[in-house]
Amino acid sequence: MLFSSISSATEPMHIPDGFLNWWVSLVCWVLAIVGIGVAIRRSGRALGERQVPLMGVLAAFIFAAQMLNFTVAGGTSGHFVGGALAVILLGPWAGIMTMTTVVVIQALLFQDGGLLVMGANVLNMGIVSTLVAYGVYRGVLELLGGRKWGLLAGGFIAAWASVELSAIACAIELGFSGTSPLSVALPAMAGIHALIGIGEGLITAGALAFVAAVRRDLLEVTGPATGGIRWALAGLAIALAVVLLAPLASPYPDGLERVAEDHGFIEAAREAPYEIIPDYVFPGISNEALATIVAGIVGTLIVAGVAFGIATARRKVIS
Amino acid sequence: MIGEHIHALNGYRARTSPIHRLDARVKLVLALLFIISTVLTPDGAWHACILLTALIWSAIILSRVGMGFVQRRTAVVIPFTLAALTVIFTTPGHPVWAIWKFTVTDRGVERFISILLKSWLSIQMTVLLTACTPFPALLQAMSVLRIPGVLIAIIGFTYRYVFVIGDEALRLIRGRAARSGAPNGRGGGSLLWRARVTGGMAASLFLRSVERSERVYEAMLARGYDGKVRTLTTQPIRLGEWALILPGGLVLALIQLLARVRW
Repeated sequence: MLFSSISSATEPMHIPDGFLNWWVSLVCWVLAIVGIGVAIRRSGRALGERQVPLMGVLAAFIFAAQMLNFTVAGGTSGHFVGGALAVILLGPWAGIMTMTTVVVIQALLFQDGGLLVMGANVLNMGIVSTLVAYGVYRGVLELLGGRKWGLLAGGFIAAWASVELSAIACAIELGFSGTSPLSVALPAMAGIHALIGIGEGLITAGALAFVAAVRRDLLEVTGPATGGIRWALAGLAIALAVVLLAPLASPYPDGLERVAEDHGFIEAAREAPYEIIPDYVFPGISNEALATIVAGIVGTLIVAGVAFGIATARRKVIS
Repeated sequence: MIGEHIHALNGYRARTSPIHRLDARVKLVLALLFIISTVLTPDGAWHACILLTALIWSAIILSRVGMGFVQRRTAVVIPFTLAALTVIFTTPGHPVWAIWKFTVTDRGVERFISILLKSWLSIQMTVLLTACTPFPALLQAMSVLRIPGVLIAIIGFTYRYVFVIGDEALRLIRGRAARSGAPNGRGGGSLLWRARVTGGMAASLFLRSVERSERVYEAMLARGYDGKVRTLTTQPIRLGEWALILPGGLVLALIQLLARVRW
């Protein structure tokens, strides 16, 4: 083999053109532009004239890192996406810039992801994933302190959450566009990426362990020592916003059942396809879905509240 | 293994054609107008899809990049079609046939085929655009769309260094292969251990990239870099080329109008 090729990530998350309708594309563009605008200004202020070479080379790193794969089991291999690692080591704004660059190049060089829907892809993989990863990482650090296993746990959970949340955001956009009913897209995307996220989390934790051993300074300069709780709350808010959108994104709520009833397929309606995927893991339909999601939100808030409480208590003990 | 290098699957194909000669900015605007028009096409407007196909195929033939080349590269949307497949069951409409417990509706089939067609039309345009426009020209053209200069400069940098850092990654992989045995092609150690090794490699690559960016920055400083990226002045777009956008947009608007006529 004389040449190896960089193609791009194979996980099904780069939305092609035609899969989102115009207004979803537009809303995503607006959100993405706001995010990129803030990121450019903030990372420019932090890095100054080093911004262009540093961000440029590190986006190239994200591409190259995707070549590093490892055998998971039975011939399948996991490979590394790198967004969480970038945001942990570079801070949120530089992380957004790096991942946005990667998404743009994937679309322009490899046609991986469309042009009109680029706003959505930037939003999912460049903004939602990075901010969630950073928020979760800072949150875990607040909770566990600067101990090494806190660092590793933070990296693992942050990477997993970033992959998962951007997959959910992707499913929601498809749902709003009427391309893929949320009741199918959400469990499918969330399920696949819950597994992909584990590989990502393990590698990110491994990478952080290595950085902690050789260049501990890089782990300390990335973010201000204070404001960790604020970042954790911001990450939580974004995660909640994504989850809250889910029940709204189902344009054909129970189309399957209605079709069956309308046309006398009552037999079919009684044992409608929902049996295959039981209701309780199946958000997106009427009240049960709402209940599931509300339960999820309440659960998240309780966990976050406990974490917040412990972190504040810890700080008081220290000071 | 010694001569192993990285190469990106760059979609540019050097040819001499009117489409290659066209100013990148005009091409970008026309391509986006085409994709917008395609996405706005209502479901089941087959006549509009035929017209759009005729447009893009004429452009592909005119560009001489090869129909086969373009169609091969459209394959990237295939995994995504699976995501859209469920609409054939969930869209309300007349049931057409039943597969096991599922009923397929006419509207559902129409919607599914429309999504696929629209996606296929759009991606052909993206493939054509990148096949006929060198990447640096495409980047410069992006400034027409008010994309911030800093972002464009960063993207340009990434395009240059993807090959360098990719080679660095290959060296790491070669080092790992040289130090490891792989009986029966299987990796040893536990999953956790393998993930840690890969993590170590990723971090090592990250550190090498950071250090390289520092050297690059110093080299840039030495050559007078002051935070501004200076490029060769771009040529103004000739009036005749700008003027192409008007009939192009008009044709696409007419197709949209036609797509909404039902008979």
